[in-house]
Amino acid sequence: MSDPVPKALEVPPPASRASASGRLADGEWHCLHPATPLLKGGIALIAILGVIVVNLRDVFINIVIGGGPGEEYDPFVWIIEHDYAGLIVLAIVGGLLIFIAGFYVSWRMHTFRITDEQVEVRSGILFRTNRRGRLDRIQGINIVRPFLARLVGAARLEISVAGQDANVHLAYLGSAAADELRREILLLASGTVSEAPGGVASRASATGVISDLLAPELAPDVAPPESVVQMHLGRLIGSLLLSGFTVFLLAIIAAVIVVSATTREFFFLFGFVPAIIGMGSYYVSKFTRSLRYSIASTPDGIRVGFGLLSTSNETLPPGRIHAVQVSQPLLWRPAGWWEIKINRASHSSAKGAAGQANTTILPVGNLADVRKVLELVLPGLIDPEAIALLERGLISRGGNDGFTNSPRRARVIRWFSWRRNGFAIVPGAVLLRRGAIWRDLVVVPAARMQSVGLHQGPLLRRLRLAAIRLHTVAGPVIPRLGAIDADVAVHAFGDVADAAVRSAGADTSHRWRSA
Amino acid sequence: MRLELATSEWRRVSPKYVVVDLVGNLIFAIIVVSATSVPALVTHTIFWWALPASLAIIFIIALALTPRRVRAMGYQLRDDDLVFRKGLMFQRFVAVPYGRMQLVDINRGPLDRAVGLSELKFVTAAASSGVTIPGLPEADAEELRDRLVALAESRRAGL
Repeated sequence: MSDPVPKALEVPPPASRASASGRLADGEWHCLHPATPLLKGGIALIAILGVIVVNLRDVFINIVIGGGPGEEYDPFVWIIEHDYAGLIVLAIVGGLLIFIAGFYVSWRMHTFRITDEQVEVRSGILFRTNRRGRLDRIQGINIVRPFLARLVGAARLEISVAGQDANVHLAYLGSAAADELRREILLLASGTVSEAPGGVASRASATGVISDLLAPELAPDVAPPESVVQMHLGRLIGSLLLSGFTVFLLAIIAAVIVVSATTREFFFLFGFVPAIIGMGSYYVSKFTRSLRYSIASTPDGIRVGFGLLSTSNETLPPGRIHAVQVSQPLLWRPAGWWEIKINRASHSSAKGAAGQANTTILPVGNLADVRKVLELVLPGLIDPEAIALLERGLISRGGNDGFTNSPRRARVIRWFSWRRNGFAIVPGAVLLRRGAIWRDLVVVPAARMQSVGLHQGPLLRRLRLAAIRLHTVAGPVIPRLGAIDADVAVHAFGDVADAAVRSAGADTSHRWRSA
Repeated sequence: MRLELATSEWRRVSPKYVVVDLVGNLIFAIIVVSATSVPALVTHTIFWWALPASLAIIFIIALALTPRRVRAMGYQLRDDDLVFRKGLMFQRFVAVPYGRMQLVDINRGPLDRAVGLSELKFVTAAASSGVTIPGLPEADAEELRDRLVALAESRRAGL
């Protein structure tokens, strides 16, 4: 190419509208949803205008009714008294025009295209940025619909690529267009060489927007609409009330009451009212986010939806889950509830349920829910034997149940859990079971394991014990198991290392449909 | 009883690395001990000497163990993975499949350069893997790097 300027940094050619009919993943440049500037920054502008108008109204009322201006200094009064009103209005209008022009230009300059190999976004007026992501490295595609965006029928598409801050954002797209685009990107990424799929009818009309607001979180034509797990209202409320946060809250309240009662200084009680209100809003936000939780299986991975007013709906292609942890806080134990967290190579900037990062894949569920979700996230472990093993990993008290547990001498450092503290190696995965009071089970797919570690410190050496660590990408799940017999650990180290090599060689999930 | 893998011979790091490790730790020990001695020198109180003295004893033990610690480091190139070991008191073994390699670094500090050694770092997608093989002769390190890259290329796997 004789042109010294990289093509992508030039002024973009006229791009077609994103919500126009036809495929978006056709390799051409497309613009985003026209409401984008409004949704991204225009809200703040409107708020500022609103404040000015409200202030002006006070002044206006004062002038009409004839009440004198208050003692306090007011810029509006000063302006009107000095006859600068015309000038100021001119300045405001000029500023507005510049803003609007800037928003328009930035919208025109923000374009994206999706080719067979990669997704590419370019943006910026003065400082141009150009970001490309390879489709076969996609870790997940998230469609986020903030409440305001839902009102105008727009959605934000976020393509997660492995790495810190490596995500490609397409904000905002038409709601139907976003669903359609996700399907096409996943199709391209899956390695199929089929013909272009028939596009879903565009729902850009006014009724489309309304039906979109009311529609279930999973697009009915793409995924089987039924979620495998139903979030029960009572269970959700119960799980929130029985959280560690509640214990902390009660402790604080008790402390405040005790302090007030003993010192007779009731000032403390009032001081804590704002804090209590803040904590209440924490519960409410957790509650509204988890209420419409859904998880379903699609040909292109599992789809997890969250949110009541602002919704988020993410597709994780197969083989993107690096570790799974099923855990049970102590307070949930009488009710038999569990929580599932995962490690993944990328992190969507949008929060999942309950303000937690998007790594919590089941906020609360009973054993049946856990079984269903594990079937989805660990597609390699669906034979009855493996499922039984997973279940024993959760609720068994230990003993000879398929897991290799700590020896009796480990009770010095595993007071209650030594019977249960153990591992199991099954084809395609390694299971680590820990804890008798705070029970948890970690499953690491062998094909995703990065390396294996074997550790022994002076204390473990005296007890002839050792610890094993499975290294995965960073996340909330830390797969390690302490206090197992040293000889057993050495054998397990070799077996796990073998399993990791074999599974990695046989794994084709990064092109999940081409195998 | 120490942990031992029932496999073939370990390739040890160069004995010259003892010097590098010793000098590096000695400099660190001198800095720490002299910094903690400042209160004692200023106040002329005998109690303040307890801290630098105990630190000095710990450092002397650690320095005395340096040759054994360096001998405890080793690595093996197995068919499909690299195994690395280190540690005397706190033993650590790591097995990394070649296909998991994201990149290989070769670092040379000033002390390393003086005796012609390199440090090879094998980076995977997991930060906790932490495979850093110190004390390799420069030629060996480069050969090992090229070999690891070739092995990784032939066994390429997804993330």
